[in-house]
Amino acid sequence: MSIIVSSIGQGLLWAVLGVALFLTFRILNFPDMTVEGSFPLGAATAVAMISHGINPYLATLAAFVVGAIAGLATGLLYTKGKIPILLAGILVMTAALSINLRIMGSANISLLNQKSIFSSPLLQHLPKNFDSVFVGFIIITIITLALIFFLQTELGQSFIATGDNANMAQSIGIKTDRMTIMGLMLSNGLIAFGGAVIAQNNGYADINMGIGIIVIALASIIIGEVAFGDLSLNGRLVAVIVGSILYRLVLLAVLSLGFSTNDLNLISAIVLAVAMMLPQLRKALKLDTVIKKGVATHD
Amino acid sequence: MTEPVFSLKDIIVTVGDNVQILKSLNLDIYEGDFITVLGTNGAGKSTLFNTIAGNLAIDSGKLLHHGHSIAHESAVTRTNYIARVFQDPKMGTAPRMTVAENLLLAEKRGQKRTLRSRGLTKEKISEYAKITQVMGNNLDTRLNTATGNLSGGQRQALSFLMATRVKPELLLLDEHTAALDPKTSEQLMLATNEQVTKNQLTALMITHNLADALKYGNRLIILNAGDIVLDVRGQDKSALNEADILKYFIA
Repeated sequence: MSIIVSSIGQGLLWAVLGVALFLTFRILNFPDMTVEGSFPLGAATAVAMISHGINPYLATLAAFVVGAIAGLATGLLYTKGKIPILLAGILVMTAALSINLRIMGSANISLLNQKSIFSSPLLQHLPKNFDSVFVGFIIITIITLALIFFLQTELGQSFIATGDNANMAQSIGIKTDRMTIMGLMLSNGLIAFGGAVIAQNNGYADINMGIGIIVIALASIIIGEVAFGDLSLNGRLVAVIVGSILYRLVLLAVLSLGFSTNDLNLISAIVLAVAMMLPQLRKALKLDTVIKKGVATHD
Repeated sequence: MTEPVFSLKDIIVTVGDNVQILKSLNLDIYEGDFITVLGTNGAGKSTLFNTIAGNLAIDSGKLLHHGHSIAHESAVTRTNYIARVFQDPKMGTAPRMTVAENLLLAEKRGQKRTLRSRGLTKEKISEYAKITQVMGNNLDTRLNTATGNLSGGQRQALSFLMATRVKPELLLLDEHTAALDPKTSEQLMLATNEQVTKNQLTALMITHNLADALKYGNRLIILNAGDIVLDVRGQDKSALNEADILKYFIA
């Protein structure tokens, strides 16, 4: 039982990454590799600040800002420097490795005996593992509501239009480069924020914690889409959260088969690959003809 | 005559290896002009549009808007007063957004897009039902449909409505009916004519259909090898026939 609660808690905490990546992967329609750098960047920033005695809430917000700067770098390389998005992301991700080492001073820092957002007295009273569920739920709810609000504003609609048809967006006066940069900043800010929260949950920041992040975030998006099919845009954001929890439960099931945590990246990749191929497989096997890849944002 | 809204003076545009596409072109566009633009492939029609819209830089000459040079303004800035409908139905609308959402986006042309709610109210929807109805192709019944699921004709009609939602000082119609079947094409052309005339829009319309070029608009220009070889308006235009026009098509 407690292991399932733990999985749900992890799913809620990691859902931040899925929702953040949704902004670039599904709305702007490109894969942003920066996240593999901004995730540990956020973790390193928050943990380093906390171990220097700074308030953990402030440190977690600072992680958002630092992640947004990483997104800005990728955005400028892509829009102004005309570097292909995949490469722009890889460049910033690679550069972030050195920056993370500078911030942390070593490859790994522990938060042992330090205050974190998980050490508030309220959370201490909760049963084991329920603190992650509680914090994860609050955080993802606030972020999702804020995004739902944002996407329904004039600015949010311009952002969606930029990813949907940049040519049309420009022809009605939308500055698409700005929208792209804004999306990358928001997305990577949230990823770094997620990194800060997860590092505090784990009790440490590690230089290698960014490896495979994009696969995990994508898995929650794709699993959500495969599980729920066509939904409204708001529904799709919620589906990502559920997808993130389902992904954790799948991992749990696989680990209980006797695989070790060293196999996690391999398993993550296989889970994502299978989820992405599922629509094709269903078509080929004619298991289900109504399932569609979730491409429609509305209706 | 009054001051022109747009004025092109000795415009030279080259692309690639010094290939001059527009050769010292002169054109004054006055308010209320509905100009049909004819010319063979490669005559420079699209280049003319891209130059006015700001997608192509001019090499020399002047491009004036109410007497002020706009050569330095980006294409996005120029959308404050220039609207455009493209030939490809896929180009003018956001496929995953609904008809109403597309119209809402177009309504903010020339304005700042802020964190205000987009304001898709019931009143807006009924207003959109009204304006889409005039296009006569059931667009009004599909306001909540993603535009990717519309027919080409419906998408072009929507593109046209979006371009004119905020009255532009100049409307560029780039063969906007060419990709449609003859019947749909004629329907959109009629709707276009009605809207342009009724709202006294200033428009340039590229077409390869000689009959359309003669039938619609109050001014006609023919481009050949990067320059305007015929520019007629009013009665002179009405007096033209297809044979007259074809004489100017010899490359």
